[in-house]
Amino acid sequence: MDKKPRKLAPRTPMPEQPAKERVKNFSEVTTGYTLDMAVAEAARCLQCKKPVCQIGCPVEVPIKAFIGHLQKGDVTAAYKAIRETNSLPAVCGRVCPQEVQCEGACVLAKKGEPVCIGRLERFTADEYAARSACEQLTGDKACPMIREELKVACIGGGPASLTVAGYLSTLGIKVHVYEALHEPGGVLVYGIPEFRLPKAIVKREVQAMTENGVEFHLNWVGGRTITVQDLFDEGCQAVFIGVGAGLPRFLKVPGEDMTGVFSANEYLSRANLGRAYAFPEYDTPPFLGKQVVVVGGGNVAMDAARTAMRMGADKVSLVYRRTKNEMPCRLEELEHALDEGLHLEILTNPVRFAGDENGRVTGVTLERMKLGDPDEAGRCTPNCTGEYFDIPCDLAVIAVGTGPNPLLLEATPGLERNRRGYIEVNEDTGETSMANVFAGGDIVTGAATVILAMGAGRRAAKEIARRLLGDDAPQDVPPLHGGVPAAQD
Amino acid sequence: MPVAILKKRRLIPGQTSELTLDASHIARKARPGNFVILRVSEKGERIPLTIADTDPQAGTITIVYLVVGKSTAELETLEEGDSILDVCGPLGKPTHIESCGTVVCVGGGTGIAAMHHIAKGHKAAGNRVITVIGSRCEDLLLFKEELSMFADEVVVTTNDGSCGMQGFVTDGLRMVLDREPSVGEVVAIGPVPMMEAVANLTRPYNVKTTVSLNSIMIDGIGMCGACRVVVGGEVKFACVDGPEFDGHQVDFARMRQRLSAFKPQEELSWAEFRRLRGQEA
Ligand SMILES: Cc1cc2nc3c(=O)[nH]c(=O)nc-3n(C[C@H](O)[C@H](O)[C@H](O)COP(=O)(O)OP(=O)(O)OC[C@H]3O[C@@H](n4cnc5c(N)ncnc54)[C@H](O)[C@@H]3O)c2cc1C
Ligand SMILES: Cc1cc2nc3c(=O)[nH]c(=O)nc-3n(C[C@H](O)[C@H](O)[C@H](O)COP(=O)(O)OP(=O)(O)OC[C@H]3O[C@@H](n4cnc5c(N)ncnc54)[C@H](O)[C@@H]3O)c2cc1C
Ligand code: SF4
Ligand code: SF4
Ligand code: FES
Repeated sequence: MDKKPRKLAPRTPMPEQPAKERVKNFSEVTTGYTLDMAVAEAARCLQCKKPVCQIGCPVEVPIKAFIGHLQKGDVTAAYKAIRETNSLPAVCGRVCPQEVQCEGACVLAKKGEPVCIGRLERFTADEYAARSACEQLTGDKACPMIREELKVACIGGGPASLTVAGYLSTLGIKVHVYEALHEPGGVLVYGIPEFRLPKAIVKREVQAMTENGVEFHLNWVGGRTITVQDLFDEGCQAVFIGVGAGLPRFLKVPGEDMTGVFSANEYLSRANLGRAYAFPEYDTPPFLGKQVVVVGGGNVAMDAARTAMRMGADKVSLVYRRTKNEMPCRLEELEHALDEGLHLEILTNPVRFAGDENGRVTGVTLERMKLGDPDEAGRCTPNCTGEYFDIPCDLAVIAVGTGPNPLLLEATPGLERNRRGYIEVNEDTGETSMANVFAGGDIVTGAATVILAMGAGRRAAKEIARRLLGDDAPQDVPPLHGGVPAAQD
Repeated sequence: MPVAILKKRRLIPGQTSELTLDASHIARKARPGNFVILRVSEKGERIPLTIADTDPQAGTITIVYLVVGKSTAELETLEEGDSILDVCGPLGKPTHIESCGTVVCVGGGTGIAAMHHIAKGHKAAGNRVITVIGSRCEDLLLFKEELSMFADEVVVTTNDGSCGMQGFVTDGLRMVLDREPSVGEVVAIGPVPMMEAVANLTRPYNVKTTVSLNSIMIDGIGMCGACRVVVGGEVKFACVDGPEFDGHQVDFARMRQRLSAFKPQEELSWAEFRRLRGQEA
């Protein structure tokens, strides 16, 4: 018998479109594992006695168990294990910042080679959906019948609300989701680009919920078309608020209202929600720039920059006031963007935009910054140097963070808010200052991550189920561990 | 949920129509000054249109549009019984209506329809309502009868003098302001140059002047910033902070520039639409 310690195989790479090709299209960058690759990657998992990886996941996916099933090639069992706690696995596998969550916690991370948990989760969800399109309909659906008298409303149709809807509907509770836009999914459809998260995947998840009795009311604006009080008057026993943090922040520097200077939300909404990349087949027009400047260092900035490349820009520069190491985006996105030719202008900060006589942006003045001492959160603060330089641009996108979406909050004065304007909730239940009104996701935490929004949705859903179903509610209420929120600036 | 068109009235054939929509959920909440954002079809663009009237009992809202490009042209292809794919609303802050004696409501072109709902609101609040409406010629004049049904006076101006006094709405407004010493507020809705001209006219009279800004919009709920306008030196979002603002504070020059941001694409889009329908430009 070979007594040598088992040597750790390297992480199985995920096949991807070559950078030169993919900057010309909006198809997904990474093309996904095959079954063989997935089984090989799963084999790297040590099936630890204490699966520390799970502590890193805000919704506590039973990582060890699902990877154990994959080691045997049992995709269905793996899928069912994931679905116990995660209602959007195909999404999370693609967009979670795994390096600071599950994979960051995996024992193998110490050697720098954690199991590719996110990729395996994505594979499992995609493979299961492909195999069992009909099995899903005919198979062993253990969901109880919907009891129309148990009624819950969700305002906003992002990941937080979708989690509440998914969870409660499997318990037989009737859920109505009110979404202001014409497509459900929140940031997953209006913000995150097709090449990173195909819209068909979000559609698939929403479709599954519809089949489970969830009713979607699109183009309904909470606070305008319907108020929280209206919902209770119509017989809802609980209301969940998941309206996100979509209010774009600007830099407040001169020239920012010039034509050609966009918030990332507008730029990305045109491309994603409006499919402006397929103009004129689709009517929403894109704004085309050759010399593009994107301000920010989070996922949002990265998405805007890579969208601009795909829309035919000659040069895209990312203006960020700290360095590469402080960028809050997912590591994989930065690597992909650099492969695609993103130009970094680190340690710089815009002070003004210049324009022509028609009010169109023609350039930006940047101030050089230098890193100072770390702040409370451990991130180095950027300091001014008084040195300036100009770069030309005909399109600028501002991605320096967002604030709480105001509409519903203004219309619901009973909701207590914190200093930053976000909704105050009870940490354990997600309940707000109004009885039976719950909230979760970005509208509580400020811009964070998909999985944290889902974690919050799950917590609130459990409490709602407990109140509505009493003894019939599921008893397993494990404590939830927070992941590490990634700020989006 | 698609929204059905219950009634279509061709106000100016091929150019301007009025649609009555089956939308009780919007009708019960809509106030004067609110608007909707709609999308005609699956590949369509989201466009804002003012709610020109509501009938909460019947559960209907009315919109009036001028065909200026692809989306409004596509809307014009729909008939009674057809449906609009998405209609979202009511959006925007309702008009601030207080009792202030005499109010002059000025409307130009399609803006007359939008102004109609606001004028009605002022009347309901007990104000004396004088309306001033204008267009190029009599055939293009909208809502004259509708306004006469409740307004205390309807002043009509046409550029060619074919109806009412010859000139622009500003000429009609000047006449009213010179005659009436106690006008509490002027409300102006119409093309940007018209609203700018009204604001310039009323400034020396020192009358509160409200304009309704039609900036380019996407979501209409404050999430994109496409609609931003500069008012009193501050950036505001027309969809949630407006669309009505103090006309004396609006930077109309920036507003005009921002409205033309997508001109080349809009022209391409409309030309393509006409080509596909076999209509040459
Ligand atoms: C461009 C971009 C890229 C990102 N990339 C990542 C990533 O890679 N990984 C990651 O984990 N996170 C990422 N994030 C962050 C993540 O998407 C959010 O944290 C998450 O979507 C928050 O979910 P939510 O349900 O709280 O709100 P949202 O997803 O914001 O959804 C809120 C929904 O509510 C709707 N709404 C708002 N107001 C109303 C109202 N009054 N009535 C009705 N509906 C309303 C909105 O239209 C929206 O659909 C990204 C964010 C952006 C913008
Ligand atoms: C609050 C508000 C209320 C309005 N009410 C009315 C109304 O009652 N009746 C009416 O006829 N028109 C109204 N408009 C203007 C109407 O939205 C535009 O005419 C319409 O969007 C044009 O679309 P299009 O595709 O037909 O033309 P396009 O060729 O796309 O555009 C023609 C012009 O319309 C403007 N425009 C284009 N896209 C948008 C957009 N997404 N949002 C806003 N403006 C745009 C631009 O100035 C553009 O140059 C309103 C606009 C706003 C903001
Ligand atoms: S953190 Fe995200 S990718 Fe990792 S296990 Fe949890 S849900 Fe899956
Ligand atoms: S910590 Fe890593 S190796 Fe251990 S069970 Fe979790 S994924 Fe497998
Ligand atoms: S239309 Fe998007 S913020 Fe006003």
